Amino acid sequence: MKIVLKNLTKKFPSRDRKKREEVVAVNDFTFEIPDGSLVGLLGPSGCGKSTTLNLISGLERPTEGRIFFGDDDVTDLPAENRGIGLVFQNYALYPHLTVRQNILFPLENLKGKEKLSREQMAGKAREAACLVQIEELMDRRPGELSGGQQQRVAIARALVKRPKVLLLDEPLSNLDARLRLQTREEIRRIQRETGITTIFVTHDQEEAMSISDLIVVMKEGEVQQIGRPQEVYDSPSNLFVAKFLGTPPVNVFYGRIGDGKLYIGLEAVMEIGEGKDQEVFAAVRPEGFALQEDGPFTCRLKGREVMGRDVSVLCANDASLNPTVRCIVRAEDKVDLGSAEVRFSLIPGKVLLFDRETGQRVDFEVM
Amino acid sequence: MNGKKWNSAGLKGWLYLLPAMVFLGGFMVYPLIDVFVYSFEEGYHSASQTYFGIGLYNYSYILHDPYFLQAVKNTFLLVVITVPLSTGIALVISVGLNSIRAFRDLFQTLYFLPYVTNTLAVGLVFMILFQKTAYTDGFINLIITWFGGESVDFIGGPYWAKMFVLCFYTIWVVMPFKILILTSALASVNQDYYKAARIDGTSKWRIFTRITLPMISPMVYYLIITGFIGAFKAYSDVVALFGTDLNAAGMNTIVGYVYDMLYGNSGGYPSYASAAAIILFMIVLTITCLNLLSSGKHVYH
Repeated sequence: MKIVLKNLTKKFPSRDRKKREEVVAVNDFTFEIPDGSLVGLLGPSGCGKSTTLNLISGLERPTEGRIFFGDDDVTDLPAENRGIGLVFQNYALYPHLTVRQNILFPLENLKGKEKLSREQMAGKAREAACLVQIEELMDRRPGELSGGQQQRVAIARALVKRPKVLLLDEPLSNLDARLRLQTREEIRRIQRETGITTIFVTHDQEEAMSISDLIVVMKEGEVQQIGRPQEVYDSPSNLFVAKFLGTPPVNVFYGRIGDGKLYIGLEAVMEIGEGKDQEVFAAVRPEGFALQEDGPFTCRLKGREVMGRDVSVLCANDASLNPTVRCIVRAEDKVDLGSAEVRFSLIPGKVLLFDRETGQRVDFEVM
Repeated sequence: MNGKKWNSAGLKGWLYLLPAMVFLGGFMVYPLIDVFVYSFEEGYHSASQTYFGIGLYNYSYILHDPYFLQAVKNTFLLVVITVPLSTGIALVISVGLNSIRAFRDLFQTLYFLPYVTNTLAVGLVFMILFQKTAYTDGFINLIITWFGGESVDFIGGPYWAKMFVLCFYTIWVVMPFKILILTSALASVNQDYYKAARIDGTSKWRIFTRITLPMISPMVYYLIITGFIGAFKAYSDVVALFGTDLNAAGMNTIVGYVYDMLYGNSGGYPSYASAAAIILFMIVLTITCLNLLSSGKHVYH
């Protein structure tokens, strides 16, 4: 089921009674989610991603704009008639019911023509349980399950009615690091097997990048960029997106374009093609530094961090926005920790320039 | 060595418990045992501290005393009628309060008012509302006759009318506390359960019976158990409505009977009072145990 959001806006009344102004949680959203895709809504807390999810689910009504499932306008449809499954951040499993009863709960609500016989219900519940691999836990209560198992039960409950759309609110935030990796693969697998259009909300860029077909980066209620994860990572449309994606985060420097060269501080670090001379932010991905003895870019050496596969060189530069510049280098490259300085050349594809005023991307030719 | 460690830790524990144990022992356990002993001492006289013999005569006497049997009947009726009704009505009001936005605070205050009002003052108001005297039929009778009914003397009239007033009054008095407990229990239920139920298209009634009620069941059971205990110990409410000569009014309760046996016009019999008190204790204990046993099946913790 394709989902289309058109000029979707949600305003909340201000919490502060004295102030009359409204809080705009979601501002003029327009985008289309293709049928059968897995989409990650990504942004820092308070960016409106959960509100967007609630608007799609029908738990919240938009102030303006329309929501379409396929060709049907569902904006005025209550949540229960939209054919969605929602997995809550805390799973919201009924603690007094067993896993089986929890999964059966949505089916038992069906009325009239849709009403199912006991056997049909049991069959569907078993099917959903098989999909998320919890068949052997059916008679336990949620309190007796681990976080990861509860998550699976919650997904099974959301899927048992075969929804057209599956929504997951911060599906991995309550799990520990190891389970997170495993569960996100699991979500991907379940989505692939069922082919249900799935939208999930997360503040963790790694999570979103790893499993999504499409990510939507949001900030303060506005969409910053929509695209395939790699696309968005490689060519972020503005400085916020560049900073938000990637671990370790991108290194940002005050820079200047002059005479077809990029200057960071006083050093001309890269040749770039003809372009308007202007002040910019130069963002360099940690993997965009190559150690080179006579390289154009000089930093003060602060130390070295070995993280298994990667070796990070930590250094400082007066033009950097952050006190520490982190450069990931090949493990076999030797760094003389005794020296005060380290010199790099920059790898062109890993350098991004942004307008100093607007934060928008500045394109340049790689020479 | 471990044993020694445990011992010193255990000793410390007992030491911490000592102050509470001294008070509980002195003012609860000892009197309880003492009352138990009195109840078997026949013809005990508190001034001279003498008695004739030991046996079951006290129990035999009160169990054959029509006033006591009347008191037991009254008390059981009161319990059976008021506990389910007051809990049920409180539940309905609490769910109502929980689902409205406007004026919630106002209603909560209104419903809580009886709790902070003095029992006797409220009893007086009830008497004025219900009593029929030579000069006036009273407010309630005014309404009854206005609807074409026959006026009834609720305070000095037939038994059912007096019982009705007593139950009405008791329910009215215990309601605020129950509403307070239930509204806070309802407010503490995670809203996500309701959202999840909404998305699944759960009907209101099913949400109430399958989600809300199980979630607040510990509190409901708490109210039922304390309600039983409270109603079995009813006394001041009855006095507030029918005065102190309860045997004459035929509206005595077990606690009232105990009081009468001690200090009433026919009083001065601590042994009979003790026997009645022990019987009441046994009844309350049995009912509470039954309650706790049945709670295991129905209450989700």
